[in-house]
Amino acid sequence: MAVVTAQKPSEELITIGKTSTQSDAITLRIARSNPAEGQETTYAEFKVPVKKWTTVLEAILYVKQNLDHAVAVRYSCRQASCGSCGMKINGKPALACYTKVSEIKSNVITVEPMNNFPIIRDLAVDFKQLTSNHKKIKPFIINEESEVTPESKEFIQTPKDLEKFLQFSYCIKCGLCNSACPTMATDTSFIGPQGLAQAYRYVADNRDKGKEERLKIVDNSHGIWRCHFAGSCSHVCPKGVDPAMAIQLLRGYMLGFQK
Amino acid sequence: MRESIIMKIHYGTALGAVALVAVHILMRMTQNFDQSLQYENVIANYHFLPYALMLEAVLILLSVHGFNGLRVILLELKQGSTYEKMINYGSIAAMAILIAYGSRTILMAGMGIS
Repeated sequence: MAVVTAQKPSEELITIGKTSTQSDAITLRIARSNPAEGQETTYAEFKVPVKKWTTVLEAILYVKQNLDHAVAVRYSCRQASCGSCGMKINGKPALACYTKVSEIKSNVITVEPMNNFPIIRDLAVDFKQLTSNHKKIKPFIINEESEVTPESKEFIQTPKDLEKFLQFSYCIKCGLCNSACPTMATDTSFIGPQGLAQAYRYVADNRDKGKEERLKIVDNSHGIWRCHFAGSCSHVCPKGVDPAMAIQLLRGYMLGFQK
Repeated sequence: MRESIIMKIHYGTALGAVALVAVHILMRMTQNFDQSLQYENVIANYHFLPYALMLEAVLILLSVHGFNGLRVILLELKQGSTYEKMINYGSIAAMAILIAYGSRTILMAGMGIS
């Protein structure tokens, strides 16, 4: 286990807190692995200076800039919009850009790749299965009259119609729900909470005419019925989406409780 | 068969089994518990046709529910086309064998063959 300390702290991170006199340091433990080369997981420790507003992603990027350029991490927007930086932070799936070091209340922060995803390297995981399951449920409005022409009217929705699916359209496909799902841990063919919640999002949309088609897709031995309603998917969602509820509501459609 | 139909059967058999097993347990209260387990009293249950039919129904409901539950657990444990076929057909076979054996017991006891 290597402990690395920066000889000269980067100005870039520190400048964020120039007005503050308080500066602290944490130990950031990063899981390092490279399955393609048969490399087992090891943990590298780094001392990182932080301010109270420093996010876990900023701490990781500090390590990349100053201590070890080879740390593999996927990130993009830094504002919980792109869903790229999902990882396990002290054992809990979360977005690194949306988790402040100060809110963890620990001087040692361990970051690991998300569970239930194949690891590419270090903190970067393969999203192939998530995107394939997402595509499988046809995540778009199916309606032959969807083309708006000068003669056609727009699709009118009442606030109540919108309320049925609005929260589920906030999904950023970060994969944290799939990572927290206990069924996904054993059933690799399971569609997963992300795909099922998106299936519900379109089934509940009154502009959509593809309900039967979608219900058939999720109605298989590794589909909607394999959810045990543990609720961990909803617990970890950074956007406040409740996939566990979506799955139960979708089951309502399948059992004929909802039309 | 579609998974939704299988699961409807699964939930239905669970509700049915809870209701009938409740009746079965309540029937023990018609006499002292130790008496209800005596040979003559147990055999008398099988000779009483409505009760024997209820026991047969409990047997079917629990076998269907139990083996489907086991199938679901095993499907979650491991995946693969051959394995899944094996589990699906194996569960149906096990279910049929248990129902056949249980029915034989109910029938033989009802007819007084031991």
